[in-house]
Amino acid sequence: MGLPVEQILIQTINGLVNGMILALVASGLTLIFGIMDVVNFAHGELVMLGAFVGATTIGMTGNFWLALMVATLAIAAFGAILQVTTLRPLLGRDPLTTILATFGISLVLQKYALWQWGPSARKLQEPITAQFSLFYLKYPWYRIATAVLAAAIIGALFLFLKYGKFGIWIRAAMQDRVMAQAMGIPVPLVHTVVFAIGAGMAAASGVLFGPLAGVTQNIGADFTLRAFIVVVVGGMGNLGGSILAAIFISLLEAYASLIVSPAQAVIVSFVALILTLLFRPTGLFVPTPK
Amino acid sequence: MRRSAALYWTGFCVILALLAVAPLVLPAFWRRFVTEILIWGLLAMSSDILIGYTGMVSFGHSAFFGLGMYGAAAALMVVKPANLWLALVLGLAAAAGVAVFVAFFATRLRDIYFAITTLVFSQIFYVIIFTWTDVTGGENGLTFARPALSIPGLFSVPFTTETLHWFVLAVVAVSFLILRRVTQSPFGMVLQAIRENEPRARAIGYSVERYKIVAVMLSGLFAGLAGILYAIQNKFAAPDFVFFLVSGEVVIFNVMGGMGTLVGPVAGAAFFLLLREGLSRYFTEYYLIPVGIIFTAMVIFMPQGLLGFARRRLNQ
Repeated sequence: MGLPVEQILIQTINGLVNGMILALVASGLTLIFGIMDVVNFAHGELVMLGAFVGATTIGMTGNFWLALMVATLAIAAFGAILQVTTLRPLLGRDPLTTILATFGISLVLQKYALWQWGPSARKLQEPITAQFSLFYLKYPWYRIATAVLAAAIIGALFLFLKYGKFGIWIRAAMQDRVMAQAMGIPVPLVHTVVFAIGAGMAAASGVLFGPLAGVTQNIGADFTLRAFIVVVVGGMGNLGGSILAAIFISLLEAYASLIVSPAQAVIVSFVALILTLLFRPTGLFVPTPK
Repeated sequence: MRRSAALYWTGFCVILALLAVAPLVLPAFWRRFVTEILIWGLLAMSSDILIGYTGMVSFGHSAFFGLGMYGAAAALMVVKPANLWLALVLGLAAAAGVAVFVAFFATRLRDIYFAITTLVFSQIFYVIIFTWTDVTGGENGLTFARPALSIPGLFSVPFTTETLHWFVLAVVAVSFLILRRVTQSPFGMVLQAIRENEPRARAIGYSVERYKIVAVMLSGLFAGLAGILYAIQNKFAAPDFVFFLVSGEVVIFNVMGGMGTLVGPVAGAAFFLLLREGLSRYFTEYYLIPVGIIFTAMVIFMPQGLLGFARRRLNQ
């Protein structure tokens, strides 16, 4: 049996598309960790809520792009409320307590989604139905558009962090919280805004993911776990590293599912995480710390 | 000091006696319920060794619990007639095997990295058990008959609700005494030193890694024991119990009851299960919404848990 070149190429494209969606989730997670030492266990639930809000909006208006905007803004606002009510009181305590608090939140959100939207899977209507032929199958343009859009959002975040006044505040608070406060930066506000940005990005990826597979209230845990793996493999709090790691992990899983079933392919990324933690705990895609 | 020790043991005996007569006086539903609280309490106690005493939050206790369950299931299904003691031995061996594996890799990491690694390990075992349908029964799990309570050559009686409860109570009480002794031993003191200040414990000359490995193994063994008891009580093993939500519940037990007290997590388990029982009458399957809110509020406002809160109130 020869090397199935077509399959490998198809899986490469699949891996890249999934990787960009995952990168969108993980960059929010890593930003939140980098700036306030919060390990957000509820991040996947924000993806899930975003997808459901998007589904409801599409149901009412029929417009996918509007749904993307509404879901992003709504979940960002919700994230801000969440941060103020539950995470702000925990500032300065052991980071482990934030795991516990956000774990509690994730339980609540998951069951709330079950209550509000029911147990059946929902598939969002894709806005672009055109397909192009890729070897022996028709590949939807929508998937490509997803990857491009995710890349655009991440690029916008980079530009915002680099040139925006608020972005500079964020980077300052990331480097040294106390000094930033001393220079007059409203650090509590920065924390809230960063959490809102992370939540909004999670919601956006939820809506983008919606048409690819059915959305149920259970997808959150899966996203949380994957995003964690990505964030650790990429180096906690390192934005660029997380994005590379997201693509790396997704490609690994895509290639692995050529050989084993997709359910078992997850183990490959688990092993990648464990190997990273053992041999390079600072992350694969960051320069060696001096 | 002497008086408080006497008070402690009196309290212990009273609670033990109350738990022993519980199946004789309670209605049928609550008998089972109390047994279940004891089993989950044992699991919570085992994880307290890591969370409360060593300062390592484990999100992977479901792996130990589940492997104990499947180990017992294997012994009960393969060997005829089913033997209780063989189930115990095999279940503990399975849990210990996993514990060695997890301990070797995870103890090199600290804080959240430890939490995430243990979580990932338990998911690895979950995926293996879930997809290896030929051996583990996959999603459906395994069902088997309950073994008889026997001492070879002496007697053999089938388990009734009462004898099962007493058996579980005896195992849990002995485990509690062992764990209490361990936490008060020099070994336990070193674990607490690691929790308080790891670099200092290392500087004094303790081999921190070795202590952590032993702590994870000990914790895993008792978690496996809880899994075996659960398998015997319910006559099945299912992959749901290896899923990380179970580990999350164990952490909830610890936080609700009070970490680092051994008794606290048992109280937390009882509180959680009672809460679930009471709330699911009104909220059906959505009981986790109020429970999650209560839990999050307790993390923020009551970080020492019910027991710590009660103790502070009593001291005032």
